[in-house]
Amino acid sequence: MKKLLVDAVVISNEAVIPAVWKMVLWAPEIALCVQPGQFVAIRKSGGITFLRRPFSVADADPEQGTITLIYRLVGQGTAEMAAMHADEHINVEGPLGTGFSIRQGDKALLVGGGVGIAPLIFLARKLDRPVLLIGGKTAEETFWSEFLEPYAEKIYITTDDGSVGRKGFTVQALPDILAENEITGISTCGPMIMMQGVAEIAAKEGIPCEVSMEKRMACSIGVCLGCTFAGKSSGKRYKVCADGPVFPAEEVF
Amino acid sequence: MDKKRMALEFAGIKMKTPVMGASGTFGFGLEYADFMDINGIGAIISKGITPKPRPGNAGVRVAETPAGMLNSIGLENPGVEAFKTTILPKIKTIDTPLIVNISAGSAEEYGELAAELDVDGVAALEVNISCPNVREGGIVFGTKPEAAASVTRNVKLHTSKPVIVKLSPNVTDITCMAKAVEDAGADAISLINTITGMAIDIESWQPLLGNITGGLSGPAIKPVALRMVWQTARAVKVPVLGLGGISCWQDAVEFLLAGASTVAVGAYNFVNPRAVEEIAEGIDAYLARKGISQVSELVGQIKV
Ligand SMILES: Cc1cc2nc3c(=O)[nH]c(=O)nc-3n(C[C@H](O)[C@H](O)[C@H](O)COP(=O)(O)OP(=O)(O)OC[C@H]3O[C@@H](n4cnc5c(N)ncnc54)[C@H](O)[C@@H]3O)c2cc1C
Ligand SMILES: Cc1cc2nc3c(=O)[nH]c(=O)nc-3n(C[C@H](O)[C@H](O)[C@H](O)COP(=O)(O)O)c2cc1C
Repeated sequence: MKKLLVDAVVISNEAVIPAVWKMVLWAPEIALCVQPGQFVAIRKSGGITFLRRPFSVADADPEQGTITLIYRLVGQGTAEMAAMHADEHINVEGPLGTGFSIRQGDKALLVGGGVGIAPLIFLARKLDRPVLLIGGKTAEETFWSEFLEPYAEKIYITTDDGSVGRKGFTVQALPDILAENEITGISTCGPMIMMQGVAEIAAKEGIPCEVSMEKRMACSIGVCLGCTFAGKSSGKRYKVCADGPVFPAEEVF
Repeated sequence: MDKKRMALEFAGIKMKTPVMGASGTFGFGLEYADFMDINGIGAIISKGITPKPRPGNAGVRVAETPAGMLNSIGLENPGVEAFKTTILPKIKTIDTPLIVNISAGSAEEYGELAAELDVDGVAALEVNISCPNVREGGIVFGTKPEAAASVTRNVKLHTSKPVIVKLSPNVTDITCMAKAVEDAGADAISLINTITGMAIDIESWQPLLGNITGGLSGPAIKPVALRMVWQTARAVKVPVLGLGGISCWQDAVEFLLAGASTVAVGAYNFVNPRAVEEIAEGIDAYLARKGISQVSELVGQIKV
């Protein structure tokens, strides 16, 4: 797939909760070809940050010509993003990387934690009514179910404090969910510790599992080698930005 | 772009423009094919190749800093054999000179590596004696004139290709290093490699990079690079490849005026993956505006 470099127009940019924002960009060429799990690297020209910032595409609408990014405020780059208004321009490089595999006939379970849920929205839309398991620290962090509802068969929620859904971590809820549903494939994105737990249970149950990784990267196109790692089972050197960010679980854990 | 105005020969390498992609920031060239016509650029300088495969350094390897970035990749590469069998055949098809950047652990190893790369499809060698991120080799040779000269002599002895020696800025007197490698037979000199630096996370009190220190690149280092290129170009007769912080055609013109015969773009490729092409277009338009018919006429024309 050809990588594009476009000046996208901000359609909307607003806080979902104070710490997490949603930006909709008009980028029709990218909206047309991006696949779930792929990402874009963005930069506001004239901004104070230097490198591009990588963000998963949380949704794409080829008819409207838009892509959606959902981002957590972390540092200078995301602060710069949150200060942007409709009609401003932002440079977008993408689609980048290799996304989730979408297997026909799969009954998929998507497991997400924190802002790792973002790419799962786009994935859920492309799949046939998957089951979702999402985790957040508190009730405030479970707003994601709103975005997922139109595409999901069922959404299971866990919170660390038990204020919504099951109390505890996503991984603890997983065995029951696998017992209640005939799952044939798992895709997960979130903290490494969560994905590792998911991958271990998937391996035990013999269910294929893929994980979406996050690593510091400078170029996002496979040249700087900032984000490489050795595949666990193959020993092969992988670049998260180009060969991933989505990998078979057995190559990561 | 006016082809005649922009074409040049650098250390025997025929180039369509004076703008190249710098080692470690341009992959093997093909990675940029979606963004520009890679057959129309000056040259592609490969990621550093070593005798054996290297996984590079552990931990976080890239970090943003004001107007630039730190890296501590540690020369990750598949090794010369895999480079020759799997990578070189693919890039041979590009109609742009390929300069292979090399690193090794001893002067003898540098020579052996040069011999291995004395093959079709390689336009020249860039000898990296300036990597700040590896313990053995790299910068050890780049800070001692005798060691740098010995590496240069060994490489020259084992190759028929033009030899460009890449200098480190982490020295007190750059001209001393430049003269040493020139006397040892270098056909050209490139500078600068990254400047050793570091950054600390004030919340965790830990260094941002797994390797603690790393190499600084990007616009932040441009004035240092420009000064060193100017000093070097005056001190040696061999041509100079100038790089360090170039982000736009104006920067490139400064380097040419300072005495660089050609330039390379490094970290800025990450920001603008079309930079190498756009900078060449900008230089061409500048030459047209100034009524200069050949880019080489600009080289070293700084008025002091
Ligand atoms: C493939 C991929 C997809 C991502 N998708 C999303 C997403 O959909 N939503 C979201 O909120 N975040 C996502 N992230 C993380 C996001 O890139 C960082 O939160 C963001 O770059 C922080 O920038 P900053 O300037 O605000 O933070 P700073 O800490 O000031 O950034 C400094 C440098 O560190 C890098 N950096 C900081 N945190 C991370 C991180 N967690 N991962 C990688 N690089 C980081 C920045 O890119 C920058 O180069 C993704 C990361 C990757 C690699
Ligand atoms: C991620 C990265 C990797 C690099 N790898 C190499 C390398 O393998 N060999 C080398 O000689 N220089 C390497 N360099 C140095 C660049 O080629 C260049 O000399 C330096 O970055 C200064 O130029 P810039 O400011 O335009 O980036 C690397 C630089 C970066 C940023």
